[in-house]
Amino acid sequence: MPEMTYLEAIRQGLWEEMERDESVMVMGEDVGAYGGAFKVTKGFTDRFGERRVIDTPLSESAIVGASTGAAINGLRPVVEMQFSDFMACAFDQITNFAAKCRYRWGASVPIVIRAPAGGGFNGGPFHSQNPEMPYVHTPGLKVVQPSTAYDAKGLIKASIRDNDPVIFLEHKHLYRQIKGDVPSDDYTVPLGKAAVQRPGSDLSVITYGEMVHVALRAAEQLAAENIDMEVVDLRTLVPIDRDAVIGTAKKTGKVILLHEDTLTGGLGGELSAIISEHAFEYLDGPLVRIAAPDTPVPYSPPLEKAFLPNAGKVVEKARWLHRY
Amino acid sequence: MFPIIPETRARPFDRTNEFAQLRVIRQKDYVKAQHTSGGCKSAKSPVLSMDAMSAPALAPALTDITAELCNKLLHYMVLMREVEDRIELKLYRQGKVLGGCYTGRGQEAIPAGSAAHCRPDDYLCPSHRDMAALLMRGITPREVLSQYLGRVTGPTKGRDGNMHMGCAQRRILTIISSIGSNIPVATGIALAMKYRKEPNVVFNYWGDGATSRGDWHEGINFATVQKLPIVYLCNNNLYAYSTPLDKQMAVANVADRAPGYDMSAEIVDGNDVIAIYEATGRAVAHARAGLGPYLIECKTFRMSGHSAHDDASYVPREIKEEWSKKDPILKLQKYMVDKNWATESDFKQMRQGILSEVDDATEWALDQPYPDPATVEDDVYDEI
Repeated sequence: MPEMTYLEAIRQGLWEEMERDESVMVMGEDVGAYGGAFKVTKGFTDRFGERRVIDTPLSESAIVGASTGAAINGLRPVVEMQFSDFMACAFDQITNFAAKCRYRWGASVPIVIRAPAGGGFNGGPFHSQNPEMPYVHTPGLKVVQPSTAYDAKGLIKASIRDNDPVIFLEHKHLYRQIKGDVPSDDYTVPLGKAAVQRPGSDLSVITYGEMVHVALRAAEQLAAENIDMEVVDLRTLVPIDRDAVIGTAKKTGKVILLHEDTLTGGLGGELSAIISEHAFEYLDGPLVRIAAPDTPVPYSPPLEKAFLPNAGKVVEKARWLHRY
Repeated sequence: MFPIIPETRARPFDRTNEFAQLRVIRQKDYVKAQHTSGGCKSAKSPVLSMDAMSAPALAPALTDITAELCNKLLHYMVLMREVEDRIELKLYRQGKVLGGCYTGRGQEAIPAGSAAHCRPDDYLCPSHRDMAALLMRGITPREVLSQYLGRVTGPTKGRDGNMHMGCAQRRILTIISSIGSNIPVATGIALAMKYRKEPNVVFNYWGDGATSRGDWHEGINFATVQKLPIVYLCNNNLYAYSTPLDKQMAVANVADRAPGYDMSAEIVDGNDVIAIYEATGRAVAHARAGLGPYLIECKTFRMSGHSAHDDASYVPREIKEEWSKKDPILKLQKYMVDKNWATESDFKQMRQGILSEVDDATEWALDQPYPDPATVEDDVYDEI
């Protein structure tokens, strides 16, 4: 099984779907000959031509709106937002138009909005955000964020085949940092299914995206102290795998909710509500949230380091919760 | 591929020149637009004059205006007027229609004259004052009234209200409330046509207010860059809700925006259904020939408030009086009488027939069930 990066896995999944289905096409800023800001679509124009790989004007609203129209008229567009921060420019098209079509008038909008998210590379306030929550809160949208190369390929393929609009968040810090075994054949990872990336019995951490790797590093350190932490990777934020969330809470009775997104209104609050509604009597300690503080993402290295959750913070909170 | 349509010259109109003043304004702006657009001076992107004799006509002779066509246009204009009057002046006031209630009274010529060119494979993207286009596309008065009454038999099954209705099978896009948002979506619908090399056209409607939205500019810019087959029908009715045109834009005409996008455009009398029919013929030929989007600015007036609750007291009385003389239905009827194609009694008979249809549709819709509350969570997703 070939080993490849998270980025190569997304690229391969997208490439295979374009080979498989003529209605799949790509639109976005600089996605053509240039291959996209992160080179996810490098070589696509040579293979598929300018008809299927469209360089657009610098117009996020037009990109998302046009993908919605093309989808209503039979295509399966995959659009790239150069940075997930810029999805805000297309907010009306995503949340008011694309998301509500099926409910309002039965129109299918099979689009995938790929968006590099997350910090860790001093990108500053407009290239590092984690904007998932407004979309998680919009009925009609699905929201996905893979953490491994295997899932990246399987989830992008499943997202393209899905008949609803999917926000596909790619953690840009993982693009070339993470490698994994990725089958070269056709497979999908179903939306709405979490994965236990490390089983454990003392406490659980529920997370997604790059924080999965932070949690795994913390779990390694905790193992040396005989604290056995389970790491649950949500993989899909909508639909959320409630069974997995409730299951791990019932199993260990102590749960940390970890995300790179800021604290207030972050997914951690929703997860803790699900757990307290469905597994309250199984809990042996308070639900603990670990998240970025409620600030914009700062640029300067010491500030960004202070902003991002890290393994040290997880270890510290896990020790406290374990002792509780 | 797209058929290449040979250039021909449209025949002159034989209508009376009621809009001389408008025409003068436009001629001046035509010169201004060419002057300011620099490199766009070639015939590639003219803001056309209203006078068909001076317009570079791309369409074959489309000016075969027949009695049959006029009857059809009049039928749908009167049907739109009567359905909307029933909704706004009766059902809304009786408290049976809730929420917003937006009508196109006085603007019926625009959807009717343009949608008459819409073929089954074309795609219609109407706005909220274009009911005639929906009716011509096969949405029935029963469906329209069900929609307004929140019944399960409406196109949105009660999930949305008023003019937010369309139908994927009949190729009609459903608008949303943020005005102008349908323009980038229309771009995408046309993009899929070009992608599959289909000779189809998108008819995209909006008003003067929409042209202030970023989405208008983003959607049209992308469409013109890609040379997509779209006909834009602008109903410039002088007011966006209560905001008059001179607070909406610094240019005199919406069409003046077109040269900035290298887009062909023309201005027509929006209360003259024949003028709109003919202009749309030119626009559709242009779009089907692969020459890109084409804008028709229809100068008109909203003979009502923004919505049923709005008495439009901010509109000066003289303007209301001036435009009340230009009712597009009366204008078409006068044209037909002058042609000896119809008499007043024919019009009376047509209206009676339409009123019976609207009576029947109202009665039928009021009899239909509301949606089952148990379905409130259905159809948010295809599969979850």
